[in-house]
Amino acid sequence: MALSAQQIPRWFNSIKLSSFINATQLTKHCTRRGKTLLHGFSAQPQMSSDNCFLQWGFKTYRTSSLWNSSQSTNLSSQENNSAQSTLLPSMNEQSQKTQKIPNFDSELSLEGLDDLPPLSPLQPVSEEEAIQIVADPPLPLSSFTLRHYVDHSETLQKLVLLGVDLSKIEKHPEAANLLLRLDFEKDIKQILLFLKDLGIEDNHLGTFLSKNYAIFSEDLEDLKTRVAYLRSKNFSKADIAQMVRNAPFLLNFSVERLDNRLGFFQKELELSVKKTRDLVVRLPRLLTGSLEPVKENMKVYRLELGFKHNEIQHMITRIPKMLTANKRKLTETFDYLHNVMNIPHHIIVKFPQVFNTRLFKVKERHLFLTYLRRAQYDPAKPNYIALDKLVSIPDEIFCEEIAKASVQDFEKFLKTL
Amino acid sequence: MQDSPHFTSPPKRFPTGDVTPPALLFTAGPYFLLSITFSPRTVRKEPLPAAEHGGAHYKYHIWGRDRTALPSRSQFFCEAGLRASDMGSARLAQLNGLFAAYKPPGLKWKHLRDTIELQLLKGLNAGKPPAPEQRVRFLLGPLESSEKKELTLTATSVPTLRKHPLVCGPAFTSLKVAVGHRLDAQASGVLVFGVGQGRRLLTDMYNAHLTKDYTVRGLLGKATDDFCEDGRLVEKTTYDHVTREKLDRILAMIQGSHQKALVMYSNLDLKTQEAYEMAVRGLIRPMNKSPMLITGIRCLHFAPPEFLLEVQCMHETQKQLRKLVHEIGLELKTTAVCTQVRRTRDGVFTLDDALLRTQWDLHSILDAIEAAAPRVAAELEKSLSLGLDTQQLPSPRWPWDSEGLSSALGLESDVGH
Repeated sequence: MALSAQQIPRWFNSIKLSSFINATQLTKHCTRRGKTLLHGFSAQPQMSSDNCFLQWGFKTYRTSSLWNSSQSTNLSSQENNSAQSTLLPSMNEQSQKTQKIPNFDSELSLEGLDDLPPLSPLQPVSEEEAIQIVADPPLPLSSFTLRHYVDHSETLQKLVLLGVDLSKIEKHPEAANLLLRLDFEKDIKQILLFLKDLGIEDNHLGTFLSKNYAIFSEDLEDLKTRVAYLRSKNFSKADIAQMVRNAPFLLNFSVERLDNRLGFFQKELELSVKKTRDLVVRLPRLLTGSLEPVKENMKVYRLELGFKHNEIQHMITRIPKMLTANKRKLTETFDYLHNVMNIPHHIIVKFPQVFNTRLFKVKERHLFLTYLRRAQYDPAKPNYIALDKLVSIPDEIFCEEIAKASVQDFEKFLKTL
Repeated sequence: MQDSPHFTSPPKRFPTGDVTPPALLFTAGPYFLLSITFSPRTVRKEPLPAAEHGGAHYKYHIWGRDRTALPSRSQFFCEAGLRASDMGSARLAQLNGLFAAYKPPGLKWKHLRDTIELQLLKGLNAGKPPAPEQRVRFLLGPLESSEKKELTLTATSVPTLRKHPLVCGPAFTSLKVAVGHRLDAQASGVLVFGVGQGRRLLTDMYNAHLTKDYTVRGLLGKATDDFCEDGRLVEKTTYDHVTREKLDRILAMIQGSHQKALVMYSNLDLKTQEAYEMAVRGLIRPMNKSPMLITGIRCLHFAPPEFLLEVQCMHETQKQLRKLVHEIGLELKTTAVCTQVRRTRDGVFTLDDALLRTQWDLHSILDAIEAAAPRVAAELEKSLSLGLDTQQLPSPRWPWDSEGLSSALGLESDVGH
C-alpha cells in the first residue's frame, strides 16, 4: 500500500527526520514519566486504524516485530495484508517501555508502507471482512502486573500450570519482561528438561522457578559445566539435586566462585573433605550466601563464647545453621544458658540444638521447671534433664514427661510471667 | 490515548474547606481515581459566597492505590467478582471486634501486633483456592450447520488464568489491627487489640476511662536510675527495719491522697446533691485527661526483700508504676526497685481472656472475639446510658462506667480492714 503524498509530509512532521532509517528493524522506546513499568517487547502491535498511532498521523501500520536485545525469539512476523484487521498475536505482547517522552531514535519499518491502501472509516466492508475484525480490548501498553498478559501468552500460561508464582516474579520488572519475551518451546523447555535431568521433581519446579527466574538467562552450557564440576568433586546426583532444590541460585554461580566457597569452608573449619561435603549438602545456602557472617560467627564462638575449635567443629557438623545464625541471638541465648541456667560449656556442646531454638522457649520452660523445682541440668545428679529434651520436644510431651504437670498448669504459669 | 495512568500523590494535608464525598471515577487494578470537589473556607471559617470566588470549587483528582486487604476493593469494582476465596472473605467478615492477648515480657507491643496481623493473614489466605474462572471469547470458526463454508463468531466460555492465585498473589495482603492501652517492653500482661469494626470500639473503651489492674513486684535494698532491676545501680541500703505494718500504712496514705486527687480531677462540686449521690454509689472518677490516679493499692505478699503489690489505677504508664515502687521504698526509709509489672485486667478483659502465644491464630482469635463481644457491648451500653443519665459538671460529659468504679469501691473496703 502506498502512502499517499499527503500522508508522507504529515508523517515527516511528526517524527524527527534523523530517526527515519530505511530498515526492517523496528524498535520503539516510548517513554513516559512515572515509575518504570514492564517494558519488554519492542514489537509494534498491529492496531486498528483508530488506535494508538494517531499521533503519528498514521492510518494503518504494519511492522515486523523484532527485538533490540540479544534475546532471540521466534516471533513470526505478523505481516497481515488485511488493511483493517487487527490481530493481537498470541505471542506478541506489547508492553512498551515507558520513561520520558516519545523518542524515535530508532529505525522505522518502511517496507510495505507503499502497499498500504488509504483507509477511510466510511469505506464499505464485506460481511466476511467485518466478521474478521477483532475488536478485543487492546492489551495495556505497560502494566505493573502480569495478570493482563497471562491469557495471551502461552509461556506464562505454561509456567502457571507448572506452579510458578507469577505474583512474586512481577515484583521484579526485569524478570517479568524476560519471561514475557521468552518463548516456551525454544528457551524455557530446554532449561526445564535440564532441571529434570538434574533430579528436581515436577512439583518442585514451580517453587524453584519462582525463586530463581534468572536461570532462564543462563547459558545451558555453563549450567552443564557447573554440574560437571560438582560431580567432579564427588557430589552424587541425589546430593546435587537436593542442593539445587534447597539453594535455587546455586547453579547461577560460576565454577570459580563455587570453588572459592568450597575451599573457604574447608580451610576455615578444617574439616575433612567428606564432612565438608556433607555440611554443604545439608546447608547449600552456605555456598550462595555471603561469607562475612560466617567469619563473624566463627570469631564469636571462639573469642566471645569461649568454645574450643574441636567443639565448634562438632557443633557445626551437627547443626550447620549455626554458621549463619544471628550474632545477637547467639550471644543472648548463650548468656541465658551459661549465666542464668548455669550450664557449663561441655554440656552445651553436647546439645547444639539449643542455639537453633527461640530464646523465649528456653526461658519459659526453664522458669517453669524452676518453679516446680525440677530444673536440674547436671548429669551427675539425679533427675537430670537433658537440654535436647528441654527444647526439642513439643509442649504437651514436655509438660507430661519432663515437668510432670499438665498443659493447663503450664499455661497458667505463663500468664504469671 | 491508551496511556497508562500517571500518578500524582494525594495532597498531604487537605486545606480546610467543605469536601463532597469522593466519587470513584476510574479503576485499573488496585489503582483508583477519585474526584473530590471542595469549596475553600477562609480563615474566618465561613464559606465565601460563590460570586466572590467566581464560583470556584476546586476539583481534585486523586489517584490512589488500594492497599488494604478487603478483598481488593477496586478489583471488586472493575472485575465484578471477589478474587478471594469465599471462606477467607466469610472469615474476614467475622473478624470484627476486640480481643486480648497476653504480652510476654521482653516483647515490644508493636512486634506483637505485627505477629498477630501476620497470623491472621495466614489464616485468611489458607482457604482453598476458588474454582477456575471462565471468560467469554468470540471465536471465529466455520458454521457447521450451513453447507457452504461460512465464518461466524461463536461465543465460547474458555478458562482463564487471570484470577489464579499464582498470578494474582494471596487474596489478603494486609489487615488493620489496632492496639488499646500499650505495654512497654519489660511489662507483661493483658493487651487489648481491635480488628475491623472493633477498632472503633477501642476509642469508645478509651473514652469510658475504665480502671486497670496490675501486680507489681518490688525488691527492697537497691535503687537504680530507671527503677528496674537491671538499671544502673545508684544506691544500696539495708531494709531490716521494714515491717508489713509500715508498708500497709504507706500504701493507705498513698491511696488516700489519690482518692483526693480523684475527686479533684473529676471536676465535681461535692456540695451538690448529684455529686453526693454519685459519691455514695462510688462513681467518682475523672472522665478526661488526668495524671496517673490510683484507685486502689494493697500488698498481697511481703517477704523481705521482696514484696508484691496489687494496684488498680487509671491513666498510668508502666514507668510511673515503677517510680511508685521507688517512692514506696523512699517512704519506708530504704530503697526499692521494681522487678515485674504485670497487667491482670484491662477494662473488661482479664487474664482468662488473654490469648497465649500458642493461641495467636485466626481460629482462636475469632473465638475470643465472639466470647468477649457481649461483655464489651454491655459495658459500653452501660457507660453510654449512665453518661446520658448523669451529667458531670462543669466539664466534659463522658459516659460513666459503674463496673470499674464498683471494683474500686470493693477495693476500698478491702484496704479499709
